[in-house]
Amino acid sequence: MISTQQKYVDPLSWFVATLPLLVIIVWFLMAVLGSWLPLQPNVIDLTKILVPPDVNNMMGFDDLGRPIFDRLVLGAGTSFTVALWVVCISLVVGVVLGVISGYYGGWIDQILVLVIDIFLAFPGILLAIALAGIMGPGIENVVIALSIVGWVGFARLTRAQVLSVKQREHILAARALGSQSPVIFARHIVPLIMAPIIVEASFGIASIVIAEAGLSFLGLGIQPPDASWGSMIRDGTRYLLVAPHMVLIPGIALMLVVLSVNLLGDRLRDHLDVRNN
Amino acid sequence: MGNYLLLRTSNALIVVFGVVSLVFFLIHFIPGDPVEVMLGESAQVADREELREALGLNKPILDQWVNYLLQVAQLDFGTSLHSKQPIMDILIERLPATLELSFVALLFALLIALPLGIVAAVRKGSVWDNSAMTLSLLGVSVPNFLMGPLLILAFSMYLGWFPVSGREGPESVVLPALTLGTAMAAILSRMVRATLLEIINEDYIRTARAKGLSRLRVIVFHALPNTMLPVITLLGMQLGALLAGAVITEIVFSWPGIGQLTIEAINTRDYPLVQSCILFISISYVLVNAGTDVLYSVLDPRVRLQNEIA
Repeated sequence: MISTQQKYVDPLSWFVATLPLLVIIVWFLMAVLGSWLPLQPNVIDLTKILVPPDVNNMMGFDDLGRPIFDRLVLGAGTSFTVALWVVCISLVVGVVLGVISGYYGGWIDQILVLVIDIFLAFPGILLAIALAGIMGPGIENVVIALSIVGWVGFARLTRAQVLSVKQREHILAARALGSQSPVIFARHIVPLIMAPIIVEASFGIASIVIAEAGLSFLGLGIQPPDASWGSMIRDGTRYLLVAPHMVLIPGIALMLVVLSVNLLGDRLRDHLDVRNN
Repeated sequence: MGNYLLLRTSNALIVVFGVVSLVFFLIHFIPGDPVEVMLGESAQVADREELREALGLNKPILDQWVNYLLQVAQLDFGTSLHSKQPIMDILIERLPATLELSFVALLFALLIALPLGIVAAVRKGSVWDNSAMTLSLLGVSVPNFLMGPLLILAFSMYLGWFPVSGREGPESVVLPALTLGTAMAAILSRMVRATLLEIINEDYIRTARAKGLSRLRVIVFHALPNTMLPVITLLGMQLGALLAGAVITEIVFSWPGIGQLTIEAINTRDYPLVQSCILFISISYVLVNAGTDVLYSVLDPRVRLQNEIA
């Protein structure tokens, strides 16, 4: 029974299984190729205000007569850029601090644990809202605000992982042979603990995409005329009854990306055999 | 028990102190001069100095910090720059709306999550289980600011059952609470399912079944009470997400609570008010979590004993 189940994959479940990857590839391509495509996301055409989607005009037009498809592509770039930067910054800062804190212990460790506890003691998105609000809008400020909140999870995870591996024989051996600490970190510890960190990063992308859209929805993120899926949804809420496509199109795009990233994260976790903690 | 209570309270106080300091320093160290942002670049030098003086920003940062801590310790959050009212009064005025919203959202979350989680656990691997868990995954992936407009579109614009926004009459809370509650229910139902699956394999459940009790009776009276502990903990932890989510939900529905106040304060550049809103929400969250921990040890003799030994 089991072997036949493994051999035969019906087209539908194959499609469902590949869909998340497909969505992410499309998201990536939109973000990377968007600036080279002949798009006109900021061209205002007053004759096309709130025109709904149909065969001739793809996804329709918004309240200023701008083509929604073009703005969707621009928004994909925004969410992708922010997610990439925030994950990279948070990961590097979190892993470096986590390794140092877990490996050396002592007062460095105590301070870091205290800081982590305080950060985790209250909702991070709230802090991000306040920071973004005070720094003022703009994509760099969104990245800074979300990174200030984002590194904590990586630091905590890394520290816990380092504590569990630092007494292993190969690390003791490397120390006995006189390897420098940075070498031990880079060659003996980090490769060993990378799997759970990658899984954390993949889930992190989903929450960052939501957070960026949330900030832009509140008007604290990307500023016009630049587009974010969050600000597109906000613009659309004013015309909900007459032009629901203004909310639905970026909304569905956002949902698909977040869902796909979460599903891939799940699969990555199973694949890398990381225990859910 | 008394010792534990004392320990937990002092612990919560340390965290509150940390949160107050963290918010203070982050807001002071991030790039940008609040005075310049508030007055605009063309403001007179004298005006700037006056505002700086009024905000106490001309003093050394450590003095400002100590002053701020002392103020907060006396529950004095200062005065709003915009409305000139004491901030505490403004917060208290807005609090009932947020409390109402959070409470109803919590209720919705439980009403959705418990049946969903139970059915998924009892019929593990079935169509029921799969659809319940797919639904929960969907719930996690739909952010408040999308769920809100979708609910408005369906239930107030097409069906006309509920008002679009505002806080008038008991029915106005339904949609915002549902928006907040579904996000919570999505996470909660997974937790209920996972916990229940563990408990179903316990010896005492098998004993109860062997005694000839019905499946339903065993689930409702023997298994469910034991899932409550992890669920309560998660509820406490989720409350933070709930309160933060309330910021966006309150904006979507023009709900006059603390969340909306926070955004208003940001938009009017009312820094003391922004800082106080963040603090207020954070402190309530810390206190609720401490409360959950205490409740946990009251409810579970095992935890209580462990705490007394430690």
